[in-house]
Amino acid sequence: MSRALRLLPIIFIVWVLGTFAWKLIQPSDTTIRSQLVNRDVPAFELPAALPGSPPLRSDDLATGEPRLLNLFASWCVPCIAEAPVLEDLQRRGVKIDGIAIRDTPSAVAAFFDRHGNPYVRIGSDRNSSVQLAMGSVGVPETFIIDGKGVIRFQHIGPIKPEDVPGIMARLEQVR
Amino acid sequence: MTAEAGLAALWLAAALSLLGLFLSILHVRGKLEADRTVRGLAVVQGLLCLFAFAMLLIVFARTDLSVLLVASNSHSAKPFVYKIAGAWGNHEGSMLLWVTVLGLSGAAMAVFSRRLPSRTLIAALGAQAALALGFHAFLLLASNPFARLDPPAPEGRGLNPLLQDPGLAFHPPTLYLGYVGLSVAFSLAVGAMLAGDVDRQLARAMRPWVLGAWIFLTLGITAGSYWAYYELGWGGWWFWDPVENASLMPWLAATALLHSVAVLAARNALKAWTMMLAVIAFTMSMVGTFLVRSGILTSVHSFAVDPTRGGFILALLGIYVTAAFVLFAVRAGTLREGAPFELVSREAAIVLNNLLLTVILGIVFIGTLYPLMAEAVTGEKLSVGAPYFNAVAGPLAILLGILLTVGPLLSWRRESRPVLRKLALPALFAATVLVIAFLAWPQATILTKLGLALGAGLIPAALLPLIGRNPLRTPLAIWGMAIAHLGAGVAIAGMAADSAFTTEKLTAARPGETVEIGPWLVKFESVAPVAGPNWTAVEAELRASRGGGVEVLRPQTRSFSNPPTETNEAAIKTVLAGQLYTVIGQPDPEGRWQLRLWWKPMVTLIWLGGALVGLGGLLALLGHARRAWRRRAFA
Repeated sequence: MSRALRLLPIIFIVWVLGTFAWKLIQPSDTTIRSQLVNRDVPAFELPAALPGSPPLRSDDLATGEPRLLNLFASWCVPCIAEAPVLEDLQRRGVKIDGIAIRDTPSAVAAFFDRHGNPYVRIGSDRNSSVQLAMGSVGVPETFIIDGKGVIRFQHIGPIKPEDVPGIMARLEQVR
Repeated sequence: MTAEAGLAALWLAAALSLLGLFLSILHVRGKLEADRTVRGLAVVQGLLCLFAFAMLLIVFARTDLSVLLVASNSHSAKPFVYKIAGAWGNHEGSMLLWVTVLGLSGAAMAVFSRRLPSRTLIAALGAQAALALGFHAFLLLASNPFARLDPPAPEGRGLNPLLQDPGLAFHPPTLYLGYVGLSVAFSLAVGAMLAGDVDRQLARAMRPWVLGAWIFLTLGITAGSYWAYYELGWGGWWFWDPVENASLMPWLAATALLHSVAVLAARNALKAWTMMLAVIAFTMSMVGTFLVRSGILTSVHSFAVDPTRGGFILALLGIYVTAAFVLFAVRAGTLREGAPFELVSREAAIVLNNLLLTVILGIVFIGTLYPLMAEAVTGEKLSVGAPYFNAVAGPLAILLGILLTVGPLLSWRRESRPVLRKLALPALFAATVLVIAFLAWPQATILTKLGLALGAGLIPAALLPLIGRNPLRTPLAIWGMAIAHLGAGVAIAGMAADSAFTTEKLTAARPGETVEIGPWLVKFESVAPVAGPNWTAVEAELRASRGGGVEVLRPQTRSFSNPPTETNEAAIKTVLAGQLYTVIGQPDPEGRWQLRLWWKPMVTLIWLGGALVGLGGLLALLGHARRAWRRRAFA
């Protein structure tokens, strides 16, 4: 064996160890991004979350203008913090559709009584099947859907007041 | 006081390893005659570690909540056996177990490996002391298992209910015994390279350690695979998950080492290669420990993640592995290769076996670390899954299996007899099965068909080395080899059968309905709540029949209260032809329950094969031990 060949494992090991060390000092990011960004919204058809209000189908999202799809639940505490921000967005003329995750009509109605209802249409996803199909892992989550029904952006966690300009800019961008 | 006594023993053991390392360096350099002292220190150090581990077992047995580790990992209401298992079911305790096994291995090496030249043995004990010192530092500075909690906690914080299972209570320590056993092979290789004595004597000293470690790894992996299969309710037995790969990589290296060390022992050949493999095998053990403990790879196995600890293990890994490879680079050129051999010989077959195993090891290594490497270069996150591993490692494993049918029949150095004729019958079996596979199961993948054929050929071929021998006079090592190879054939057949014949059904059913799966009719009788010592569950009653009698299966969804966790308890019925595997899921608002059913013909062969491989190893180990004993008795 030539000397150079014998040094090869050392170089390899140092390279591997270097990568390990690099990864170790990287801040760990456990956020799971949806793989559906820049793809069509998966087809779904959900019953209305409130009696008397319109149901939500995936076709309702492709209306020619960009809109937000907000996944929320009456049992979700961060959603309460997000509610006034969604109302603010609605006042600015943003169309928002909602999906209530694992919820009941009476609980959703009580939630709206207390925190307001910013939604155009609200679907009820009783067993999270649409949520999972969207690649979402929790509530609240908000997707920006463009006029053709393509998912353009995923916001994980509540939208905070400081996020609003960013969301508005993105909506403008995909118009 | 118990905890303090354990801690004191650990500090003392650390000091003794430092002393042992120092004295062994002086001895090897010829400055001091310290043979007996170094050996004595190794024994005392091992016993001190054992004492510390016993203290840990005692505080866990008593549920002493003034010890932080007990308070965070145990609970007074837990069954006793899991209280004991809880001692190593956490990071600190498992590292103490690691250090204890390392210390005891050093002690055993000092006592049993006396036939080695003194310089080699003392250099190896020095290497072992250096390993022990590093891990002692890790334990005492970054993961003290005996830290106190003041004031004591009123109650413990439980243990992951998934770990409250006899299979898993003993799975990690089994793997650890394997990992650490390889440390002795590493130390012996380092010692021999330092002393310049790589010969048959070294191989004979190294072989039982490699064999022992390999047996534990084999059994540990087999048990872990079965645990995941029945406890997680996913119906699969191997997922190519990073943590699974972390245990597979040392096994692959150990399997290669086991065979090359046999060549070194019998023929005094493959010296440099064997040393290299000994270093790689332990490197893989440490890489495995690092990957599992640092949490840098995304895995379904979640362990407590702590960057300091990861950094510590990485530093140790870096120091030991780099030093060993530098030593190898300097010394490998000075090793004179022994007896030559021809292209068709057992040596050549083993070299080929080693190459294939090493390439498979490389494939698993690259597949496991590729996401990491890709992220470092491109910043993109991705994952490598079963399709890659199966497609790349599968064909090589088939080649390895074919080699396995021929290799054991070849004689050392040069084969002159017509060996292939002996293989006529196994080849006929394999060909028949292959033809049947193509005709009867066209939907199975080519790899699956080859696997079935290989299994059919390998099972009889593995027994050929026994033919023509008097069974009572045949050395145990030959029996061991035959049974281990038979086990490999059985496991390959099981894996292929699982992928060829498994039928799966996911359905929603109301109580009273009947579901058909494979040859079974499964009647969903009822659902009822049940309770255990620290859990409540929803239990379904299923009555399965294949025409004859009725089998009752009771799958559960268990909810543990402390910590709140849900687990699926699959109900599995094992019959001669295979297993019926049932899982109950969630109800829907219409009163239907998710039922998941699998009919898996011949699936048990996978673990039966694994157990046979382990048994074969055990017989070989007994055979070598008996021979060593006799040699000593006559010497």
